Amino acid sequence: MPEFEPITGRYFTMEVGGKACRIYVEEAGSGIPLVCLHTAGSDARQYRHLLCDKAITDHYRVIAFDLPWHGKSNPPPGFREDEYKLTTDLYKETVMAFCEAYELVDPVVMGCSMGGRVVLHLALEQADYFKGVIALEGSDKLEAYYDLDWLHRPDVHGGEIASAFVSAQVAPQSPDEYRWETLWHYMQGGPGIFKGDLFFYWHDGDFDDRSPLIDTEKCPVYLLSGEYDSSCTPERTEATAARIKGSQATVMEGIGHFPMSENPDLFRSFILPVLDKIRDA
Amino acid sequence: MLENMQTRVNADTALVRRGRWVNLSFLLGIDTGDYVVTIAEGKVATVTPRRLATETGCFTIRAARETWEEHWSPMPKRDYHDIWSMLPKGLAKIDGDLLPLMQNLQYFKDVIASQRRKDA
Repeated sequence: MPEFEPITGRYFTMEVGGKACRIYVEEAGSGIPLVCLHTAGSDARQYRHLLCDKAITDHYRVIAFDLPWHGKSNPPPGFREDEYKLTTDLYKETVMAFCEAYELVDPVVMGCSMGGRVVLHLALEQADYFKGVIALEGSDKLEAYYDLDWLHRPDVHGGEIASAFVSAQVAPQSPDEYRWETLWHYMQGGPGIFKGDLFFYWHDGDFDDRSPLIDTEKCPVYLLSGEYDSSCTPERTEATAARIKGSQATVMEGIGHFPMSENPDLFRSFILPVLDKIRDA
Repeated sequence: MLENMQTRVNADTALVRRGRWVNLSFLLGIDTGDYVVTIAEGKVATVTPRRLATETGCFTIRAARETWEEHWSPMPKRDYHDIWSMLPKGLAKIDGDLLPLMQNLQYFKDVIASQRRKDA
């Protein structure tokens, strides 16, 4: 028999936005539930290194699922009639529907990029439910810097352009193998999905007016952002941390926008102390 | 500047393969001087300083000399490491018909990044 990785992958169906969504989820480990949210236009494969890290899975039940329309999760029935557009409400509903389906108690939620944004919304609105939130490359506000229409049109290859846009977000120090694996996920996204996710990340999900209301005594907030991130820059992360009293911000040198997948070895030196702290709290 | 572009790109068979459908000229601007870079089937055919107003290209990518020098350093600082990071910081500007650029974005980024110095 081959030497299997410790990850188990399964499918189930949950209702989101009044529609049945078939979800693909991977998990490993036992202990405190750690729900992991992937970036815009990608999928939960980004977390494969965490799922295989014994130093984490000895203490955490790491759970990473593909959002509807992403990875191996299906779009809902009738998707041909809709333009995919992730709204703040739909995103929050999806994460909570997942946690409820899994009957998680006191979970930690960690998200990257748009996932790092939504966990801030959850820190405010679901403070009693979550044991803590970790925002990777997550700020409460961004400014758009390119025209999203380029991401979904018939004369430009959607996978190639998504990858070429975000290749700027990988640090030059990151190992080539993991750089291209990270970009491969982008090349495989469904048509218009990255664009639809960025509606939340760049437009609908702004939160800087309410982020100061987060009570970090009730729900601790950890912000970790890569030095080479061009969207959630170190400056935007620090500005977010300044608005969320009691939050803890770390700038990860030599990392870009995809810490867990572009440079897993370096990332674990930043995330392990945070997970230890949450565990000991 | 750009003296190595033709040699380096044309010696990179994977890069030439990725750009095999590209046949056009574009302008690469360094400070106020433009270079006309002509691509034929993914290979750099010529790189020449622009002398006449009528010598032009489909699109233009311009930045200051210091910006390109940092972009081409062995380990560029953040914001300088990729053209798509230079744009939001206002360190580079693109103009013209962006469609062929977008259709082959990683190829063009890599052609320009071929000037990166290899000395550590």
